[in-house]
Amino acid sequence: MSDMAATPSAPTHGIGAVLRHAQYVIGENKVTGFAFGLFMLILLAALIGPYIVPYDPLASNTTAALQGPSAAHWFGTDQLGRDVFSRVIAATRLDFVIAVASVVLVFLMGGLAGVAAGFFGGWTDRIVSRIADTIMAFPLFVLAMGIVAALGNTVENIVLATAIVNFPLYARIARAEANVRREAGFVQAARLSGNGEFRILLGHILPNIMPIMVVQMSLTMGYAILNAAGLSFIGLGVRPPTPEWGIMVAEGAAFMVSGEWWIAFFPGLALMLAVFCFNLLGDGLRDIIDPQRRT
Amino acid sequence: MLGMVLKRLMLAIPSLIGVVIVTFLLTRALPGDPAAYFAGPAATEEAVAQIRKQLGLDQPLPQQFVRYVGDLARGDMGVALTTGQPVTTEIMSRLPASAELTLLGLLVSVLVAVPLGILAATSPGSMIDHVCRIVTTAGVSLPVFFTGLVLVYVFYYQLGVAPAPLGRLDVFFSAPPQVTGFYLIDSLIARDGEVFVASLKQLLLPALTLAIFSLAPIARMTRASMLAVLGSEFVRTARASGLSPGTVIVTYAFRNAMLPVVTTLGMVFSFLLGANVLVEKVFAWPGIGSYAVEALIASDFAPVQGFVLTMAVMYVILNLLIDILYGLIDPRVRIEA
Repeated sequence: MSDMAATPSAPTHGIGAVLRHAQYVIGENKVTGFAFGLFMLILLAALIGPYIVPYDPLASNTTAALQGPSAAHWFGTDQLGRDVFSRVIAATRLDFVIAVASVVLVFLMGGLAGVAAGFFGGWTDRIVSRIADTIMAFPLFVLAMGIVAALGNTVENIVLATAIVNFPLYARIARAEANVRREAGFVQAARLSGNGEFRILLGHILPNIMPIMVVQMSLTMGYAILNAAGLSFIGLGVRPPTPEWGIMVAEGAAFMVSGEWWIAFFPGLALMLAVFCFNLLGDGLRDIIDPQRRT
Repeated sequence: MLGMVLKRLMLAIPSLIGVVIVTFLLTRALPGDPAAYFAGPAATEEAVAQIRKQLGLDQPLPQQFVRYVGDLARGDMGVALTTGQPVTTEIMSRLPASAELTLLGLLVSVLVAVPLGILAATSPGSMIDHVCRIVTTAGVSLPVFFTGLVLVYVFYYQLGVAPAPLGRLDVFFSAPPQVTGFYLIDSLIARDGEVFVASLKQLLLPALTLAIFSLAPIARMTRASMLAVLGSEFVRTARASGLSPGTVIVTYAFRNAMLPVVTTLGMVFSFLLGANVLVEKVFAWPGIGSYAVEALIASDFAPVQGFVLTMAVMYVILNLLIDILYGLIDPRVRIEA
């Protein structure tokens, strides 16, 4: 707060204020700042990664197969002579898109269903809660495997399966948050001024619980990436030779026992950093929005 | 106590019904005609029709469901296409391998995480508190298959102290006579020290991988609940009455702090059973996870379905046991029931 007090002439609205607030938030917690920097790197790699990598991620070169990390190949080369660094960077986009798509999807399914359940109660609540309970009765990764196996082995179904297994989490949080606001003053005021129930739900309740949902989305991004990479590690969804972190670790696994560690290590490291980044970012966002839940 | 167990059993029944319905719907959601799929690519028109009749697929959905439940009640989960073996026998013969691995992983994890969490809570801001924080933050970020591979590289390839990650027992040994299916226990029953050591060696790395994975939530919850309990009034009273710090922590604080930790175990099991599949693939472990993965790659659905169902039923039972354990620790739960 001392920063804010020291600059009384700061603009209170507009882009300047937004930037200043972001700077304050990042400066407040070094770890969150670090995570934010890492997030920017991941975003950059996802956006322009495939255009700036030194080698074609799909081009094989058997004369340069299984080489360790060097100046020419920073992360070494795999059994087909493909450059591991280029593949790790190029894979960012696919992993990122899978995670974002599944998180947005689960927000649309679980978040909205949960808000409706908490706000309307009654049958809506009973049905949504029953669905959530049934999903919770499965070990989540196992259910995701079953869904992908049944619906077909595609990337779209990986996104869908990851979203479905996260459904109970979102539905429960949204339900609880909507429930406490059900009879809040601003809701009654909105009702009194003639708004319909759906309008109150979407225009008044939903915006109010958005901050909590955004924190949840950030926290589950890491899990979504892990889940998708785990599924492709066991051979579901993404197919070779597409660069994707999970499948690259699977391809390099056989070489781990013969000492060619770099093929599996670097994609695994990228995966770990991405998950780490989203977990830290989620924790940081939660501390800012909801300081009481800080652990 | 018995009343509480019965009440909780009644609550598990809707979960089981839900599980059976979902696994049934998953088969019926299979793309294309299941009969043609079960008949194989070379089947004639009549053969497909015959299989459809045989599988009951020409009947309406509710009747198919009744038939499915009837099959399950008789312990029939279908036949694997690739091996021609009944799924139930295969899963039953592989289940001990998975169970031994998962339980040992959980045991190691609890033995490390609970003391770590308690030590971190009793001296906040100390070195061990920081270690605990790093472990819990890093632990949830580590992909379990990646941890397994790194452990294999370090302990098998670099240091040469671990055996090759190829199954439950080195080829030079033969499995102990089956009593429980757990090699560690069976070899002890057979008084075969060599086999015990050999199977323990094979188990250590995969169990450690699972332990690292499940360490984080348990340590985090232990630390948080221990902190809350240590700040409570009854602990202050116990201290003021002149009890030694050890007595206060072990007798008074620990038992109360364990309640939220036991509740977390349910979530830990959900992760552990899923992580088990990945660890089994890394260590070529002949459990039900690798059975399902092989079937998935061959697009053989019956084993996958049997696997999902088995895992879900086990998970429901585990949650039941956790709740009963909760009742044993906390007398209030018993009184309410």
